Amino acid sequence: MPEINLLEAIRQAIDEMMAEDPRIFVFGEDVGKRGGVFRVTEGLYDKYGPMRVIDSPLAESVIVGAAVGAAMNETRPIAEIQFADFIAPAFNQLVQEAARIHYRSNGDWCVPMVVRTPYGGGIHGALYHSQSIEAIFAHIPGLKVVAPSTPYDAKGLLKSAIEDNNPVLFLEHKKTYRLIKGQVPEHDYRVPIGPADIKRPGEDLSVYAYGLMLHYCLEAAQTLAAEGVSVEVVDLRTLRPLDVETVLASARRTGKALVVHEDNLTGGFGGEVAALIAEHAFEHLDGPVMRLGGPDVPAMPFAKSLEDAFMPNPQKIADAMRKLAAY
Amino acid sequence: MALSIEELVTGADAGNEPSPATLREMFRYMVLARALDERMWLLNRAGKAPFVISCQGHEAAQVGAAFALTRGKDFTLPYYRGLGTVLVMGMTPTEVMLALFARAADPNSGGRQMPAHYSSRKLKIITQSSPVGTQIVHAAGVGLAEKIKGGDAVVWTSFGEGTTSQGDFHEGINLAAVHRLPVIFQCENNEYAISVPQQQQMAVASVADRAPAYGIPGISVDGTDVLAVYEVTRRAVERARRGDGPTLIEARVVRLTAHSSDDNDRTYRSPRELKSLRLNDPVARFAAYLHEHELMSEAEEQELRAEIAAEVDAATAEAEAAPLPEPETLLKHVYAE
Repeated sequence: MPEINLLEAIRQAIDEMMAEDPRIFVFGEDVGKRGGVFRVTEGLYDKYGPMRVIDSPLAESVIVGAAVGAAMNETRPIAEIQFADFIAPAFNQLVQEAARIHYRSNGDWCVPMVVRTPYGGGIHGALYHSQSIEAIFAHIPGLKVVAPSTPYDAKGLLKSAIEDNNPVLFLEHKKTYRLIKGQVPEHDYRVPIGPADIKRPGEDLSVYAYGLMLHYCLEAAQTLAAEGVSVEVVDLRTLRPLDVETVLASARRTGKALVVHEDNLTGGFGGEVAALIAEHAFEHLDGPVMRLGGPDVPAMPFAKSLEDAFMPNPQKIADAMRKLAAY
Repeated sequence: MALSIEELVTGADAGNEPSPATLREMFRYMVLARALDERMWLLNRAGKAPFVISCQGHEAAQVGAAFALTRGKDFTLPYYRGLGTVLVMGMTPTEVMLALFARAADPNSGGRQMPAHYSSRKLKIITQSSPVGTQIVHAAGVGLAEKIKGGDAVVWTSFGEGTTSQGDFHEGINLAAVHRLPVIFQCENNEYAISVPQQQQMAVASVADRAPAYGIPGISVDGTDVLAVYEVTRRAVERARRGDGPTLIEARVVRLTAHSSDDNDRTYRSPRELKSLRLNDPVARFAAYLHEHELMSEAEEQELRAEIAAEVDAATAEAEAAPLPEPETLLKHVYAE
């Protein structure tokens, strides 16, 4: 199997799906000739032309809102929000429109649409190019929220998202784009939206993460293994609908749970995972359910010293693991 | 009932004056919209309907425009005053009343939304929400998809003049203009956004004045004149179908009622203004036109009104007797299969 990075996996998924289905089109800022500011859609404009790889006006509400309209007229848009931080002007279209249309029409209309967006920090993006937005949108019934961490999962999940008849927010950690490489089969495959994946089995404690943090957790788990602590690392992959069964089964098995995310702690997605474990796996727990997240500051600053202080990293995660293991 | 809409748009006489039969049909829809609307207010005041929002005063703008569209082919995204629009596009009085009473069989939302949040996939009426202007970007998107598919359906959306202050108004029209999308934007300007008058909403005299800034035609039309609205919309539809792009139409109308059943417009409109509104009643105006041109006699008008009253009675009775949604359906349709 060839090894590719996460960005190439996403591009392959879009390309292969567009080749098969003329209803699919890409719509976003700079996605055309430029191929996207991260080059995710590079080459697609030349291959599919300006009516299927469309440079949108610089306006996020119409990027999502027009995709919603197009999805109701027998097409399958893949909208791109250039940075997750810029999704706020499209909040109304995503939350009040896309997510509610199937429900409010009593099942008459549906919105088969993907909104792809790079999120997360550690790349000197400062306050407005580093944010994690998953918790806000994972709160919304009617939306699906996907956050892959490996090239294999990213490609398989994006294909599933494109085929899904619901609006899917597809979150791509921008630091993983070129950093994370992995084997991706040449044959056509899907990774279903929903199931989590145990990326590293272990016995002493369960750690839950997604995106870049998943890789940091694997690194920390390696460190802990050398110290004699066996850590299970669960890649949530899909945040909504969450694979509650896999989450609970792992916690019941190990008796200890730590949730790690880059998003700030309060009201973060870790709170939901922790609540589920506390409510449904309480009898099996040998320690408090712990969370490790970004600090409760408005967003990630630019200066390296401040960015490093914000970001959870393998060392911080290893420390949290040690603390929980020792409990 | 045979409608003349298709014939008007696709027939050999396209571009000519509507036939007398078509004119009477237009009148029928205007009277029907008014009669349903008035009945809804009675039901509200009788405590049977929690909420009503009106099309009264907008009937000519809505019926005139919808007659220029092709039912079953063209898309409409009408805002909450669009009762006249949806009736012409095929929604029945019973279906309208099912929505008023929030009944399970309501085709708009199965009783999930407030009344007047129109929707029907079968009729190509795209589901509406309450935050205003959100449908304008959807309309652009429906038009974008139509262009990608190479189809020739036209997309028509309506909104009030207050909504033109929203960002989605700008973003939607701009996208449609850039890609010359087949979309018609109809602003039904009744001079009030609930209580806020037009001059506190915009510094231009007409919403149509904004069109040149988008590089598209903008037309201001007397929205109480059904034939004038029909004619400008017919031209906009032709333009859109030819691939020449969108048109912004301002239909100047009157709002004959308060904003909604929960509003009291006597708190912000003068008694004199309230009294003068009826002088511009589009239904009365078109009735007078039909009489003057001997296209409808007094007796025929009375007969039509009696027929419609019976139709409204029957729709009300049927809808009121229909069951509410079952509580366990609350959890259905969060996600599509």
